[in-house]
Amino acid sequence: MTRYIIRRLLQAIPTLIGVSIISFALAYSAPGDPVMMFTFDPNITQEAREALRHQLGLDQPIPLQYIRWFTGLTIRQGDQVAALSTDDTRCTFLGGVTVCDSGEGVIRGKLGTSMQTKQPVWDRLVERIPATLELGVTSLLLALFIGVPLGVLSAVYRGSIFDNLVRFFSVVGQAVPSFWMGIMLIFVFGVILGWLPTGGRQTVSLTQEFDLVDRIRHLILPSIVLAMGGIAVFSRIMRTETLEVINTDYVRTAKAKGLGYTRLYFVHAFRNALIPMMTLLGPAILGVLGGAVVIETVFAWPGMGRLTLSAVFQRDYPMVLGAVMVFSIFTILGNLLSDILYGVVDPRVRLK
Amino acid sequence: MTVQEVSTHSTALTAALAAESQLGRKPQSYWSMAARSLRRDKLTLVAIGLVGVMALLAIFAGVITDALVGVGPNVTNPGNAFQKPYLMPYIQWQLGIDPMTAPLMLGESGGIPHWLGTDQLGRDQLARLLYGGRVSLSIAFSAASIAVILGVTVGTIAGYFSGWVDDVVMWFINTLVSIPTIYLLIIVVAIFQPNPLTLTLFLGFLGWFGTARFMRGNVFKVKELDYTLAARSIGATNRRIMFNHIVPNSIPVIIIVTAIDVGNLILVESILSFLGLGIQPPTATWGNMLNRARNFLFLVDPVTGKPEAVHLLIWPGLLITVTVLAFYLIGDGLRDALDPMLKNRK
Repeated sequence: MTRYIIRRLLQAIPTLIGVSIISFALAYSAPGDPVMMFTFDPNITQEAREALRHQLGLDQPIPLQYIRWFTGLTIRQGDQVAALSTDDTRCTFLGGVTVCDSGEGVIRGKLGTSMQTKQPVWDRLVERIPATLELGVTSLLLALFIGVPLGVLSAVYRGSIFDNLVRFFSVVGQAVPSFWMGIMLIFVFGVILGWLPTGGRQTVSLTQEFDLVDRIRHLILPSIVLAMGGIAVFSRIMRTETLEVINTDYVRTAKAKGLGYTRLYFVHAFRNALIPMMTLLGPAILGVLGGAVVIETVFAWPGMGRLTLSAVFQRDYPMVLGAVMVFSIFTILGNLLSDILYGVVDPRVRLK
Repeated sequence: MTVQEVSTHSTALTAALAAESQLGRKPQSYWSMAARSLRRDKLTLVAIGLVGVMALLAIFAGVITDALVGVGPNVTNPGNAFQKPYLMPYIQWQLGIDPMTAPLMLGESGGIPHWLGTDQLGRDQLARLLYGGRVSLSIAFSAASIAVILGVTVGTIAGYFSGWVDDVVMWFINTLVSIPTIYLLIIVVAIFQPNPLTLTLFLGFLGWFGTARFMRGNVFKVKELDYTLAARSIGATNRRIMFNHIVPNSIPVIIIVTAIDVGNLILVESILSFLGLGIQPPTATWGNMLNRARNFLFLVDPVTGKPEAVHLLIWPGLLITVTVLAFYLIGDGLRDALDPMLKNRK
């Protein structure tokens, strides 16, 4: 098991490098000159712009810019140690090239430096991760604890009104755009009825003390909207799987032996129906992460998704790229978790 | 199957048998069987009808707007912003229940009937919904075609050759799906400021991974079948086997995936437009109409205290939902009709 996890984590490394190359290539193929954005002032001379471009490494070919962004090492031809060393960068002359180390590459753990605030990208993301996780985990749990029982009950009462309602709901739930559902819920519960807050993670007050009730009130609407897709998928798959399991011999045996229906469906049938659900957990995590950017925007939730979106609008590419890396890491970990749980639920599956 | 279904089924059967005086029956092809099972599936038929209506509305958006409203989707009238839908007052007027409201509204709008009301600039919502639907649907259809062609080609090649080709393709796909697609799209779209054409290309070129994986799995199954072996044994080239034998045999699967893809793409396009990254105003799409409407969530009429923008919030979202739902239902229905293996699994 440990070996399996280690191997999977090692396999994730080339994937992450691939992610970094692709997203870097996308971001840096953008038309326009980032230097012009910082030096819009007409008083700035062309020489000063060139110096800034040189300092940011934007005069280098793309592969070298990638290396600079990824490792924090700037490679230049010739001996330029004296000219390039500053307080933050230390340069050395090695075999015909000057290598300068700024100490802030992606793999140094800080994911680069935000162009907008000059803070390390990681520091800005870390502030936002708890909010995104809070929302994401809550809605995943909601999806599981609502979707799974709905699916089982819908299979048990197959053909009933309840079953048809659940099936209708599971198709509609996937088709409703989450942002519209969010807006409508805000409109109904926040604006018209005034029962729940319309956005944010907590009520703004002078003291900003932790208030559990207030936090939960803020969490209700966004987590329901984010859980929507999951509830739909889970109930649908759980229904199909339960129907399949119900007709197996061992369930019939248990029934023949006089087992109560609750125990029959929720213990015996349930465990085997649950197996394929585990493969859905990875995509569900992906869905929650992807949905975060939309839901966080609608509900003014101070999470990573919203931070990424605002960085996109500000053209803060290191920030966007760093956020994408973190999202990819979450995705890969989510898929790994899903595979591990698959082995836990189904002992026949050996993870090698 | 319920008792009623069984009985209608058996009466239909007896009727069919009675009708056949001679034993000679028409041969049934795969497609005719699929069409027959589809004809029995009311829900899917409704969904197909709905998509047909949407398509017609989108194609004839100009004509319909001229006939019903009389002003284009981008004609502003700031004096008449946030007018309520004219539809209900008009009906009440015609029925003689309320002879006042409708003529008053016509007076405010300068004689133009705004059936679904106007937005913050006094533009007609019905016209914008129609033109927006045209943009949304055509983007989704074209992008889905690109995605399906790419996905089927890449998936077939990867599945057919397996080995290192498959490894490379799968590494590429797995890498790209490790980034939640919406972020990938957000980056691309933010950088390149798309118009409808480029947005279609982006959606298409970033949307084929799922299809390719699906196709690859399918090809793995199909290429082990006897007819592939038979084709190879008479000396068919790889290309011929792939595109004349394997792909045509995967057409049912491809159709199902395409229907669901179109639904997904409508959703994705609306999300991007909603975030302010997709099609830019003044061009209307359902997504960016909601983006605007959202700003007026809290706007209330100073006199009555009622929210002003309800009609702007409801219609675009409802249209997205119904359209996407229709495509999903078509996908589901086609799955039942086209995939005999899955037919009993419901």
